[in-house]
Amino acid sequence: MTEHATIFGSLESFEKGVLEIIDDDPKRYTYSNMFDVASRSEPYEKVAVAKNMEYVLEVLRAEGTSGWRTAAHDEFALVMDGEVEIQFVKLADPSIAPEDKEGSVALPGDPEGTPMGRVVARQGHMTLLPKGAAYRFQAERPGVIMMQTIAGDDTVYKWAEICQTMP
Amino acid sequence: MAIDTSAGVQVDADEPNEHGYRTFRLGEFEFSRNEYFAYVRWPTGSHVVSADSFLKALQRDVAWDFFYGIVNFDGVVGTVNHYGTVDLFCGRYNDAYRKAELDHMENFGTPLIRETFKAMLDDWTNEGFDPFASPTETGSAFGPKRGNNHRAVTRHRVTASRMVGVRGDEQVRSDESGFPVNRQFMDVPQDEPEIYAEPGFEQDVASFNLFAYLSRSDVTWNPSVVAACKNSLACPTTEEYILPIIHGNDRVEWFVQLSDEIWWNVEDRDTGTARIKVVMKPGDVASMPADIRHQGYAPKRSMLFVWENASPELPELLSSGKLPPVAVDF
Repeated sequence: MTEHATIFGSLESFEKGVLEIIDDDPKRYTYSNMFDVASRSEPYEKVAVAKNMEYVLEVLRAEGTSGWRTAAHDEFALVMDGEVEIQFVKLADPSIAPEDKEGSVALPGDPEGTPMGRVVARQGHMTLLPKGAAYRFQAERPGVIMMQTIAGDDTVYKWAEICQTMP
Repeated sequence: MAIDTSAGVQVDADEPNEHGYRTFRLGEFEFSRNEYFAYVRWPTGSHVVSADSFLKALQRDVAWDFFYGIVNFDGVVGTVNHYGTVDLFCGRYNDAYRKAELDHMENFGTPLIRETFKAMLDDWTNEGFDPFASPTETGSAFGPKRGNNHRAVTRHRVTASRMVGVRGDEQVRSDESGFPVNRQFMDVPQDEPEIYAEPGFEQDVASFNLFAYLSRSDVTWNPSVVAACKNSLACPTTEEYILPIIHGNDRVEWFVQLSDEIWWNVEDRDTGTARIKVVMKPGDVASMPADIRHQGYAPKRSMLFVWENASPELPELLSSGKLPPVAVDF
């Protein structure tokens, strides 16, 4: 019986695919690889790898301890490589991110509020970052997080650096 | 004759033919099948499709409620979703049929075409054939009418309102809930995240193993919602063999390859002219512009994160030219 080996990517081991142009502009396909992006990112730099109107998928290099952030809407963190602890605090004053504010905002220091708990997430684990809560990431070793969120003030765009632009 | 459906819609269908299958009519279209093939006839032409291919495409169109944009069953037959009504066409997005003026398209209220397609799918699917399964995991679609597979063709489609695993939302899969690990994902770790919620915050401190969840999917090529940030929908899916439809976009769609490999053939949405080929490997991210159509080939069962923007105004903004067909201009 054939045994099937499932292949996932990581910072240590990834292989980009191929965009073969027949009759089109490669820039239209915004083609990148998140491990390649994370390998060249600063810790917790929020690099957009996908954008659809106001919505984005961001790739974060998880390394050390992030700053605290919060958003007025749910966000989701999918660990693609490594192990990440996510800590949550229910903010005493959630107006730091007003209801109509899109994307997450950085908190100036430690949050004031009630501890909600924490999650230890590894490769493949998806975690809810609930609206109105402050959260931060901790990773002892470099890892990769893909965030499903809305573009915010700290979303970083560098499409020309990360995407294939030539046939 | 008319068949009354549970949705209160009357479907136009004949008594079973000599092979045991009903013939269905929708406007000026007629659908019939025999032991091997499905036939579509319209005033200016006719078309034949292998029964298994037709049922696999029909299954997706029904399960997705006509999805976003165009669902091409092949290079001739398909549907266009207008979110309330649906165009059924033959040759409309095929350059040769258009030039020969043999194409035909009619618009139907969604309930009528939905119920007609559901009745056809149910009548034409034999016992042992699962249109959602990979070829090596299902029986034959062929032969004379042989029982049915109601359970397979009426599966619940996962649509989390917040996230899978959150209390009150769609739940994770397990052996106990009838979702064993797929034969091609036996090596996928099944560990769950460690969740330490303070009392009173169990609803909001939530996490689940998405890769384990996908390893237990019993269907292929069936994007379903696991997390929603307003209109941003995470729709991961497991893929094996060939996407049974060619999806024509009415908005930008994004793919993130989570595991293994998929090849995509990308064509012009309206003519079928080849544009590019994308070979996606783990970690690869690519957008599909709103003016193309695509079909995927997965040599091994793989995990694909399909990311959709469900904003209802997008098709109008794109078709009117107020939005470009690409995700990003750089």
